Amino acid sequence: MAAPTFEVPKLTGNIDIPAIRPGATAHVKSFPAAAPIQEALGFPGQLVEDWHDKAIAKMGDLLDRYRSLRVFMDACVHCGACTDKCHYFIGTADPKNMPVARQELMRSVYRRHFTFAGKYFPSLVGAKDLTEETLQDWYTYYYQCSQCRRCSVYCPYGIDTAEVTMAGREILDTVGIGQKYTNEILSKLHRIGNNLGLPGPALADTLEGLEEDILDATGVPVKLPLDAEDAEIMLVTPSADFFSEPHVESLIGYAKVFHAAGVKWTLSTKASEAGNFGMFIGSYENMRRAAMRIRDAALDLGVKRIVVGECGHAWRVAYSFWNTLTGVGHGGTDPFSQQLQKQLDPNYPAPQHICEYTYDLIQHGKLRFDKSLNDHRVVTFHDSCNVARGSRMGNMPGGQFVIPREVIKAVVNNFHDMAEETIGEGTYCCGGGGGLLSDDLMEVRVKGALPRMEAFNNVVQDKQVNFLALICAICKAQFTKVIPYYGFDMSMVGGVHQLVSTAILLDVPEESAEESEASDD
Amino acid sequence: MSFLTVLFACMFYAATALLVIGLFFKIRSYARTPAPLKIPTTPAPITKTGVVLRMTREVTMFESLFKSNKWIWLFGYLFHAALLLVILRHLRYFTEPVWFWVDIVQPFGIYAGFAMVAGLGGLWARRFLVDRVRYISTPSDHLILALLVAIGITGLGMKFVAHTDIIAVKEFMLGLMLFDLKPLPADPVLLVHLTLVALLMTIFPISKLLHAPGVFFSPTRNQTDDSRDRRHLSAWAAKLESGAESRSEA
Repeated sequence: MAAPTFEVPKLTGNIDIPAIRPGATAHVKSFPAAAPIQEALGFPGQLVEDWHDKAIAKMGDLLDRYRSLRVFMDACVHCGACTDKCHYFIGTADPKNMPVARQELMRSVYRRHFTFAGKYFPSLVGAKDLTEETLQDWYTYYYQCSQCRRCSVYCPYGIDTAEVTMAGREILDTVGIGQKYTNEILSKLHRIGNNLGLPGPALADTLEGLEEDILDATGVPVKLPLDAEDAEIMLVTPSADFFSEPHVESLIGYAKVFHAAGVKWTLSTKASEAGNFGMFIGSYENMRRAAMRIRDAALDLGVKRIVVGECGHAWRVAYSFWNTLTGVGHGGTDPFSQQLQKQLDPNYPAPQHICEYTYDLIQHGKLRFDKSLNDHRVVTFHDSCNVARGSRMGNMPGGQFVIPREVIKAVVNNFHDMAEETIGEGTYCCGGGGGLLSDDLMEVRVKGALPRMEAFNNVVQDKQVNFLALICAICKAQFTKVIPYYGFDMSMVGGVHQLVSTAILLDVPEESAEESEASDD
Repeated sequence: MSFLTVLFACMFYAATALLVIGLFFKIRSYARTPAPLKIPTTPAPITKTGVVLRMTREVTMFESLFKSNKWIWLFGYLFHAALLLVILRHLRYFTEPVWFWVDIVQPFGIYAGFAMVAGLGGLWARRFLVDRVRYISTPSDHLILALLVAIGITGLGMKFVAHTDIIAVKEFMLGLMLFDLKPLPADPVLLVHLTLVALLMTIFPISKLLHAPGVFFSPTRNQTDDSRDRRHLSAWAAKLESGAESRSEA
């Protein structure tokens, strides 16, 4: 870890609301996308000449296509309920990181161009012309929002800043201002099939290597099939699971669960990415284009079920949007969705989260564990924002909080939740979601993690917690990088299925029984 | 008929027309704009009945605001509940005979006037005292509070300080509704009160007062969490499913 060029917040034991410091993070801007990246997504390569009129026209288009934006632009009363709810505001004290002020960057332009009051009494209602400076403000502060929706829980009208920053990013892209990190990854996904740009043969190699590792460690021939045509289940997981630590430990966990269940499953080259950064930039077309890969892979492989690995925003897209975008789901009556839905098994939800899948098997007594294998760990669980506030698991509201915890409790003896107001629907974002997981944004990433770090530190101090269990690839990457700034060791970060992997008991074939050791770390 | 009576009659007809027509167009635009994606803030109800209950709690108890900030909730709730009682009490000036339940509300409505002004005072104080709220406050935020406080104080003034000829006011209002103008008393406090109310009606459809109809159309609050079981597709999104775009290109 290089010495930071900014002041890392000190942990105090409390989540304190700071006094505002205007402009505190005005200097933190992510790298802009180069022309070829922009063009690969169907956007102009650089700022277009008639950017003003184009931007206003795009805003009008989005206001006509999204009820959320239309209502949210009008409904805010500036009550202040959201002002202390954003982790970036708490960590940076920059008032433009207060949800209402972030929205106001767009609302002031909306008022000027689309409302009577703003056209004729602009200064009275805070309406402003769209200037190049405003666009730059949008770029800065719309990429200091992780679209975690925490503000939307507390707004009396349910105004969701994520809807505003998604629209803002879409308008910026439309006039030629894109963010390198998000758009480059999305273009890789379109071109190659996953965010890492990992081609099929490399993926096959990796999976083979993992099979050998598991065999060496456990003596059990656990398989990670790729493009297997007779599979019942297709697993779609974030591509970070194939390469990054600690992500890969969870992938091994999923494979062990499938093995123990004795089910035929497969990964897919074409659908080798669960993540969908199209959501981050608010581009329905790009989000749909990315999601279509999953539909096509499911049709090609003829699978009956689709299970999604540990990834927060991917699960929101999968759970909430796949049925709309691609017909991955149930209940469709049109030919497009029927084509796929007739193939999917109606006895299981489509898509299904890997935690739902494992939980079901546990409920039916299909998995055996030795919890004591996790006794060196004292575990807490971080609710990922997109899972918590943009999706569900199981058949009851709030199942997304219950099911991962039940899975953890089935495989570990020592579990402690963090403070109640920092988990569940009020969970604090890791600080790296929504397209912010980029080194050029390290200052806001570290500062944005502050409230979560306070809550984590409290259970580390009081309960000797030494493991932060996650179900999100971005959370895993973010915390691995950021918790050392707060004095924690990065090995404290891991996945829920990493814990499953440690404790699960598999039948060792007789010939290799004597070399077996059930451990993953 | 005095010039004053005609003037105020015209003012109220105009204000009412602007309120109704303005709200009609706004609500129509909310209703007609599609919500292409399922975006309820979860945990969300999984049935329509559940959504109705969630919305009912939101508009009658200010549930989300209660979770958020107890001071804003206290002042906001005090103001809105008091305003409701005050408005219900005012129905007696528009009905003959007065509905029995309006008589029941009457004593509460009178004192609710004080609660209303107190709630507004609390909300206004936050705009000066809390640095975050001060930062986001625009001139119109202060002016709307000033308008509502002035309506409240002139109303209380007529009730508790200098009575106006309320019988005549009621006759004026009843006449207004039947397009049969009756003289309006030339009481300055009354005239200010009525002018401000007409102003409030006029700005309703072009100001943040649109939060009132807006909340019912908020997709994060009014959508059912059933995206895996029902396919939700807007008209413009359905168009993407024809022909060439029904498969990914890779």
